[in-house]
Amino acid sequence: MKTAPSERHTLSILVDNEAGVLARIVGLFSARGYNIDSLTVADVSGDHAVSRITVVTSGPPAVIEQIMAQLDRLVPVHRVLDLTALGPHVEREMALVKVAGVGDKRVEALRLADIFRARPVDTTTQSFVFEISGSTEKVNQFVELMREVGLVEVARTGVVAIARGKEAV
Amino acid sequence: MASLSASAPRDLTGAEIIVQALTDLGVEVIFGYPGGAVLPIYDALFHQTRIRHILVRHEQAAIHAAEGYARSTGKPGVALVTSGPGATNAVTGITDAMCDSIPIVVLTGQVPTHLIGTDAFQECDTVGITRHCSKHNYLVKDVTRLGDIIHEAFHIATAGRPGPVVVDLPKDIQVARARYVRPGKIEHKTYKPQIKGDLKAIEAACEMIAAAERPILYTGGGIINSGPGAAQMLRELAKLTGAPVTTTLMGLGTIPQDDKQFLGMLGMHGSYEANMAMNQCDLMVCLGARFDDRVTGRLDAFSPNSKKIHVDIDRSSINKVVRVDLGIVGDVGHVLEDMLKVWKSRRLRTPDLAQWWAKIAGWRARDSFGFTQAGSEIMPQQAIKRLYELTRKAQPIITTEVGQHQMWAAQHFGFDAPNKWLTSGGLGTMGYGLPAAIGAQLGNPNALVIDIAGEASIQMNIQELGTAIQYRLPVKIFVVNNEYMGMVRQWQELNHGSRYSESYSDSLPDFVKLAEAYGWTGIRIENAADLDTGIAAMIATPGPVLVDCRVAQLTNCFPMIASGAAHTDMMLGPDDKTSAADEDAQALV
Repeated sequence: MKTAPSERHTLSILVDNEAGVLARIVGLFSARGYNIDSLTVADVSGDHAVSRITVVTSGPPAVIEQIMAQLDRLVPVHRVLDLTALGPHVEREMALVKVAGVGDKRVEALRLADIFRARPVDTTTQSFVFEISGSTEKVNQFVELMREVGLVEVARTGVVAIARGKEAV
Repeated sequence: MASLSASAPRDLTGAEIIVQALTDLGVEVIFGYPGGAVLPIYDALFHQTRIRHILVRHEQAAIHAAEGYARSTGKPGVALVTSGPGATNAVTGITDAMCDSIPIVVLTGQVPTHLIGTDAFQECDTVGITRHCSKHNYLVKDVTRLGDIIHEAFHIATAGRPGPVVVDLPKDIQVARARYVRPGKIEHKTYKPQIKGDLKAIEAACEMIAAAERPILYTGGGIINSGPGAAQMLRELAKLTGAPVTTTLMGLGTIPQDDKQFLGMLGMHGSYEANMAMNQCDLMVCLGARFDDRVTGRLDAFSPNSKKIHVDIDRSSINKVVRVDLGIVGDVGHVLEDMLKVWKSRRLRTPDLAQWWAKIAGWRARDSFGFTQAGSEIMPQQAIKRLYELTRKAQPIITTEVGQHQMWAAQHFGFDAPNKWLTSGGLGTMGYGLPAAIGAQLGNPNALVIDIAGEASIQMNIQELGTAIQYRLPVKIFVVNNEYMGMVRQWQELNHGSRYSESYSDSLPDFVKLAEAYGWTGIRIENAADLDTGIAAMIATPGPVLVDCRVAQLTNCFPMIASGAAHTDMMLGPDDKTSAADEDAQALV
């Protein structure tokens, strides 16, 4: 069979906040051989009843359709939304980027961070930890630039996303 | 104060809540095996008479028995096993029920809550292990939720696409006390399967059928799961549309086997006419089936010139392996009902399918299930055929194990009604048939229940001979004994140069003596001339009977579409060689 080109899709999954629910979602992806490019999960309801899982996945359209259907039939899943298919939405991720160095490199790191609107959240005389948030591409670019000025390590949250406009999903 | 507390409902222990909830749910029989982590539940069972407990000899059999009960009665089956090995032994059965969409509820004991995670004696992560082989599972951590969870488990098991639900019960929860209130109708907060199909889509489907020149109805186990009404409506739809009908292995019985429009089972060992009609049709209407690889064969050659309609209660089944032109999510029984209404209200006419039927008649003339019985050696097909003919009047319930005998049974045993054919289709579990027959017999005490078995498969749960005798269940086992794991041997012959690696059933027991040792009656049939009298003796003998029917050893099951071959590339007999017998074929299952 000829395979259609792979597409990147951002899915929002609203689930009952019960024990093991994340394992169900993640296990479904691994058992059926679907990709997880990024995954975030947190409780988003006032009464701690519902968690929102954001998954960035990739695959041909038929596979994305199948992922949606498979997720939707899990018992504790309230709703599954393909934000990419639904239209305009914002995607953000946050990263903490540690850079070590002295002299010109240190100055350059701070200057680049300023251009990217990354904020130093920890500093020593020989290092910074920058907090940066934005699209995955922006975070990627920043991390790449930091490599040249003393990148030590990176921690990233993965993507969270929400549809534009006044409506709730 | 004293009078107040006397009038308040007494708190029950968790174990009592379980038994009370099962009673309220109408459970009549549970299949189980006791152990340390379920002793409080067994104690609660001891104090009551409403629920009958059937003691199996191995937990896998408890699950298959619950499946057999469920398939033959349409009611959910229930099993009760202990923690650790009890739960892990049940996993094969749970997976089997998952693959074949069988509604069962499995109660597993668990170590007390405070010991969970400490590697306690007979502890295992039951919810972790069963998470992906069950439709849903629960670990009960709060006794006040227990009653509701039991009721909810039955709702989930039976609603939508049915399946197994596991409820893991820590021992401290079984002895803790809480009030039990029988819940009303269950409205699950997230699980709301779509039952009614979209009417616009159903109307479109009817128009497509009316306009088709070469339609076929491809039907499956979903129709059986939907209830006997669905099978009735399928028959009506077939009459109205004049279309040929084929069924999957799971769908046998949805349409009477001698109905003129029935083409027989399709797929790997299906009939030539069914597979050719699937290949040549211009409209395929898939009703409660799922385009399994055993049905489709090579996907890029699967019914290349047809439009396809797929009705399924599980949205994820639609477009999973075969893209369809019209998908309808809904219970196939409800969708069929609406299709009939639309067909009648629009006064759609039965299309003239004479040319299509003429083509089908040509394929039928090949008599693809044909075989030759000559001499004293019993052909396995002949054994099944005579078993069918001699028991047909009794409308038996047939269970099977897995392998050649299973396919011969599907080909040569006829079914006129749903819920009479219980076989492990999706998972292909050897050892399924005997415990399933026990479950079916308990659900249908007056029925003739026969496990058509192979001499290899039957040994996988042979210990259940003891269960049948304990409860005086008149189950019959008909062992088609060719001294080989026949399907393995057949594949070795076709794909691996007849190198019969480990597929000979060496050191077989004397099945007649084995039966007798368990208190069964044993009968051996070795000659074609004795086949009928042996089968008659089996039927006439009260109580459980095991028949060891010695058949031709090296017979292959034909017709056959080799793995990865197209419907048009069918081996009808030993002289046909498939084009796919190369390295690629060896990689396929």
